[in-house]
Amino acid sequence: MNPDSPQAHEESAAASAGQPGGNGASGPSVLVGPPALDQHTPLLALLEQGLASEQGGSSVEAPALAGKAVDFASRGYHVEMTVAPERVVLAAQLMDSSGFALDTITGVDWLAEGQMELLYDYFHPESPTRVLVRCRVPRAAPEAPTISAVFPGANWHERETHEFLGIRFQGHPNLTPFLLPEDADYHPLRKDYAA
Amino acid sequence: MSALAAIQIGEPLRLVLFLLGIMAFVGFNAAYLVWAERKGAGRFQRRVGPSEVGYAGLLQPIADAVKLLTKQVLVPPGADATLFRAAPILVIAPALISLAVIPFGPALAARDLNVGLIMIFAFGSVNVMALMLGGWSSRNKYAIISAARVVSQNVAYEIPMLLVVVTMLLVTGTMSLTKIVEDQAGGFWHWNLFRLAANPLMPLTFLTFYICMLAETNRAPFDMAEAESELVAGAYTEYAGMGFGVFFMGEYANILLGCSLATVLFLGGWQCPFGLLPGVFWFLVKLYLLVFSVIWVRWTFPRTQFYGLLNLSWKILIPLSLGTLVLSAAMIKLLGR
Amino acid sequence: MSPSEVIAAPEGQRETFVLNLGPQHPATHGVLRLKLTMDGEFIVRAEPVCGYIHRMHEKMAENRSYAQFLPNTSRIDYLSAMTYTHAFVGAVERAAKLEVPPRAEFIRVITSELNRISSHLVWLGAYLLDLGGFTPLLYAFDDREKILDLLEGVTGARLTYCYYRFGGVCNDVDEAFTRGTKEFVAYMRPRLDMYRALVTDNIILRKRLVGIAPISAETCRKYGATGPVIRGSGVAYDVRRREPYSAYPLFDFEVPNFPEGDCMARYLVRMEEMAQSLRIIEQAVDRLPEGPVMATAVPRVLKLPAGDVAYAVEAARGRFMVHIVSDNKEIPYRVKLRTPSLSNLSLFEEASQGLVLPDAVALLGSLDLVIPDIDR
Repeated sequence: MNPDSPQAHEESAAASAGQPGGNGASGPSVLVGPPALDQHTPLLALLEQGLASEQGGSSVEAPALAGKAVDFASRGYHVEMTVAPERVVLAAQLMDSSGFALDTITGVDWLAEGQMELLYDYFHPESPTRVLVRCRVPRAAPEAPTISAVFPGANWHERETHEFLGIRFQGHPNLTPFLLPEDADYHPLRKDYAA
Repeated sequence: MSALAAIQIGEPLRLVLFLLGIMAFVGFNAAYLVWAERKGAGRFQRRVGPSEVGYAGLLQPIADAVKLLTKQVLVPPGADATLFRAAPILVIAPALISLAVIPFGPALAARDLNVGLIMIFAFGSVNVMALMLGGWSSRNKYAIISAARVVSQNVAYEIPMLLVVVTMLLVTGTMSLTKIVEDQAGGFWHWNLFRLAANPLMPLTFLTFYICMLAETNRAPFDMAEAESELVAGAYTEYAGMGFGVFFMGEYANILLGCSLATVLFLGGWQCPFGLLPGVFWFLVKLYLLVFSVIWVRWTFPRTQFYGLLNLSWKILIPLSLGTLVLSAAMIKLLGR
Repeated sequence: MSPSEVIAAPEGQRETFVLNLGPQHPATHGVLRLKLTMDGEFIVRAEPVCGYIHRMHEKMAENRSYAQFLPNTSRIDYLSAMTYTHAFVGAVERAAKLEVPPRAEFIRVITSELNRISSHLVWLGAYLLDLGGFTPLLYAFDDREKILDLLEGVTGARLTYCYYRFGGVCNDVDEAFTRGTKEFVAYMRPRLDMYRALVTDNIILRKRLVGIAPISAETCRKYGATGPVIRGSGVAYDVRRREPYSAYPLFDFEVPNFPEGDCMARYLVRMEEMAQSLRIIEQAVDRLPEGPVMATAVPRVLKLPAGDVAYAVEAARGRFMVHIVSDNKEIPYRVKLRTPSLSNLSLFEEASQGLVLPDAVALLGSLDLVIPDIDR
């Protein structure tokens, strides 16, 4: 893992901003490179620790939440964590204590693989870091614990994911349809849903 | 004026003719004040207002009246039918009756009662009750909330209004409206508005009366009862067709009454500002200037919250009018009327 | 009873009734239903019920190619359509590694900022309408007509633009547009002063907004509220600064934020944002570079590499993010549209407890919701 230093990015930004590409040819665009990771977020420190532990370090919790850095310029997020369904709440707590906010919860139906995937996007109000937490659940019985106790905003996102895909969130106070009619018993976003 | 006095017609017939005249006046005004309001609103909002029906939209009120007459008057199921139908009538009838004592011109009062001022306020209280009845009997939650608000608002604003009227009683010494106007003869410096020797805060008293009049007639920015953006149409939600039309007419009749009263009490009624040719023309000019200002205020200001409204009355207007009353009493005791 | 006493009173002691606000109601800005449990005039619980205009854009995205989905993006939030198309186009460009020419990026910034101003003008008029002031709506729409005329000349549409393409924009702007935009900036600045004098400084408006419905920055973070909602609570979070995109890093503008967190703070943020947008437009038009407006070598049929890509923009209402999951086919596998109004509305239940109805309406207007944005 090698996050580019903020200084390097700012220099490249200044350099490319200095010449508003008047040459019309297929030169590099005037735009600045991707924003840099803030070197001092506790998340980063924990991730470094986690990755170090993958190579034989000492932390106990960290391997469960180890993440990897990702190229922002082609993905749009900096860190990607793959967790088991039971660890979703722990990941949310880590995000919350580091000051992140929940962007959205996305459910993906991988019909061919017999799994469903939960994607939790997080953004930070004061730092440019973007984190994606992934979690795979079996398609036959898709369940995951709710994070609405940590992020109240997750309440509606989980209701929506449940009604579109059928993923049950254990411990959710009110898992009724959010956008579909109250008596909807179908899950439209599933790949095998035929209207 | 002398011609009218020369025609000796019997008193009951004269009274009936005057009352019919008042009803025609109110009816015509209710229709065409709506037109004036819509044109005024349009111009304030940089658009034209009704302009299709008739020249400059002058036939629009007729078209609206025909539309309202042809609509079915629905009584919602479960509503109290008698009270539901009675409420609009109770809004307009007191206004019509109260206009009987307003002196439109030198001999143009339907009845010159020597307790005219008190009679107007006695009948004015019925307005509150009528809106409450309309709201309550509609069996609709929005209407009930609106009825509750109307009661608290109107009760709160009746008090400073009555205090202002008592102050004017002290200053003028009579309750007969015709006499009040006759005492203001001679030019605008004789008007009660400028009678600072008796009440140094007279312009403030006029302003208090104006604000209370806006609140009593439920006009914006005091239109809690009908706060469109919150309560849909408030107490009027369930009314359709001519029931709604009569409420509307009642609202404009009350505005006319309030502005007529302000004209008579403060602005000299039918007296000319320069003491030359008094007559009904001056009364109408002043009346319509005040009505225009009421329309102007409606389209300019946003609405207060109802607790802001009530705070204004209880915490500001009542102490102010009470203080003015005491001050006037003191001035009159010291300097004479 | 004060609001805190209302909330504190035990359930059994309150005599409550349920008032249904909407789905057809003048104050809910679209088809939103609010089930209000009221104790007299105080709200005990407000439960928003959404879904009345749910059109399932995310399912449509799984059945259309990337280019075929472009018109859908304008219909999610029709008032801020340019910025929404920008996010989708940006996501595809990010994954397919398309380079947008500088002139196109500048044009995108100019049109997005014009769109932001027109969206805020609608918000201003509609908000004052909720508060009982009927007249500013007409003045705001008058100003908005000028923006719509400018954008119609370039894109052909007045509201739901489909102007951006993968790799640039579809039409170049002409002399009439740049001249018209400069005239508009010069015209709009004194108009903003007029709004300040006539509307913002009006004492009745101040009584309606100052100190009403405060929302803390922590609440905003917990619910994911962004845009003027979080900027009105003291946090200077703007996607144009945190995750810079397009040509925004080249321009000099401030991110207005006010610490009070009440309705007035959110109101002032939007008024200030209009002024800042004018600044950006002015700089962009002055420095508009020459060149093509479309990238060369854009494949006719786009296939994104397998995996995820996300792209966020600062729309008029807050952070709009598109998250595309691709399996290397011409049509996306999953498209997630993260809309700002949904997150902004989710804090209404907590923020409206104990408020009276007029203050709840003021809070709802200050969140600046567009219901199709919530329901998609």
